[in-house]
Amino acid sequence: MPREQFQKGLQDLQDGVLEMGSMVDRQIERALQSLVGRDIPLAEAIVRDDDEVNRTRFHLDNVCLSLLTQQAPMASDLRLIISVLSMVSELERMGDHAEGIGRIVILMQDEPLVKPLVDIPKMATEARRMLKDALDAFVQRDVNSAYAVGQADTVVDDLYDTVYHDLLEIMVRDPSTVESCTHLLWVAHNLERIADRATNIAERVVFTVTGMMPQMDVSRY
Amino acid sequence: MTMTGQSIRDMLGRRMIELRPSVEVRAGSALPENDVVEDPVIRISDLNLWYGKKQALGGVSLSIPRKKVTALIGPSGCGKSTLLRCMNRMNDLIPNVRVQGSVEIEGANIYASTIDPVEVRRVVGMVFQKPNPFPKSIYENVAFGARINGYKGDMDELVEQALRQAALWDEVKDDLKKSGLALSGGQQQRLCIARAIAVNPDVVLMDEPCSALDPIATQRIEDLMRELAERYTIVIVTHNLQQAARVSDRTAFMLAADDLVGRLVEYGATDQLFTNPKDERTEAYITGRFG
Ligand SMILES: Nc1ncnc2c1ncn2[C@@H]1O[C@H](COP(=O)(O)OP(=O)(O)O)[C@@H](O)[C@H]1O
Ligand SMILES: [Mg+2]
Repeated sequence: MPREQFQKGLQDLQDGVLEMGSMVDRQIERALQSLVGRDIPLAEAIVRDDDEVNRTRFHLDNVCLSLLTQQAPMASDLRLIISVLSMVSELERMGDHAEGIGRIVILMQDEPLVKPLVDIPKMATEARRMLKDALDAFVQRDVNSAYAVGQADTVVDDLYDTVYHDLLEIMVRDPSTVESCTHLLWVAHNLERIADRATNIAERVVFTVTGMMPQMDVSRY
Repeated sequence: MTMTGQSIRDMLGRRMIELRPSVEVRAGSALPENDVVEDPVIRISDLNLWYGKKQALGGVSLSIPRKKVTALIGPSGCGKSTLLRCMNRMNDLIPNVRVQGSVEIEGANIYASTIDPVEVRRVVGMVFQKPNPFPKSIYENVAFGARINGYKGDMDELVEQALRQAALWDEVKDDLKKSGLALSGGQQQRLCIARAIAVNPDVVLMDEPCSALDPIATQRIEDLMRELAERYTIVIVTHNLQQAARVSDRTAFMLAADDLVGRLVEYGATDQLFTNPKDERTEAYITGRFG
């Protein structure tokens, strides 16, 4: 195989994206755990560990930069590297949203929940599935699966709608709950953004494979 | 992990076909152009060329846009120089060459019997790989072609203008009597460009004009090509893909298959050809995975 070194560089880059993806997925998972278990030490650990996510992003940016300068990539190689540059930025921001949830959990301290957590955990599960599917589509270079990720975003949007209206109702009935309702609304908003960013990653998969830039963003938020 | 070149290629091939049902990929033939060249200066149609018994070009058709830089790329021996030389009948100077098909310049077939090849070469100038100034003064190198053509205007003015356009004037204006051969390689090449444009051509052909030059001299010629494209149509052969990507508006990728006949594989806007080629042979070549 010609350009073996370059080929290996691209493979390592892709592995790096997957590693970063699972790191971010773990942060989202722990964010939900900290909310459900009202686990403040865990929430603090999530905030701390976001630094690691950021470092990984800058590392992968640098790998892209040196592949661009040293290998002068063209065609599908070029598209792959350009895609990774934006994918890692999306992942980093997803990490920020997980961190955001951690910060809300810290803010909430032992404030009682205004309602049982039903749709928020569903949003998290769905958003994490979208992230996983987007990364799978990336590895498989599978355009159809990538488009399916974009479709799944409406599920998260619907859940967000439900959460929003439920919380609004509670606030209207009892204005003393406004602060605690707002906390949960922020959590839901972070999850909604995570799902949007998974869609952005899926768009990049389509670009990697086809060179076309689709607009999958049908998100209502 | 499934990221082997092969499986991705397979997948990519499948997806491309699913996504672009209107593009029919026929092996061994050029893909339809994704964009039409409006009002081309040169229109080549179904061109075949033989050196004696050996066919070097097969069924080449392409149109060269006006006042743009068009690059011809492809592996060594695929017929780039041969195709370039067809554009000003320079192949006539090689014995036993036979040409079939047509090359139209401004709508006139330059291979028609009524056409004077010398006039063709005035309208379509050429710059070669190795700078080849005449062993004469800088001034005479530039004035030479115009003199032969019976130029009646102000020769000093003409020489200055050509040297200015070739971005050489400031470096030589104080010593125009100096021999062209005393200049550096990069300066000699710019002198050859000045010589080519002094006869007021429409098209300037350049066959690997930077391959004998260092990176700085190369950079100057590349800048110059972009400037010249405001007045002239430029066609450049280059083996340097980065150079093609940097200087050209359109790129043609040629390839000689097992029969050694050079054919056009893909032709399109440079940015699209280098980011998203349509033919997998182009992809393989420009990503360095050829063979
Ligand atoms: N003067 C010639 N006589 C015979 N064969 C030639 C001549 N010039 C080129 N060829 C052959 O034609 C083919 C294309 O050559 P050329 O146009 O120089 O390719 P490129 O410029 O792409 O390297 C090659 O196989 C080459 O050997
Ligand atoms: Mg050549």
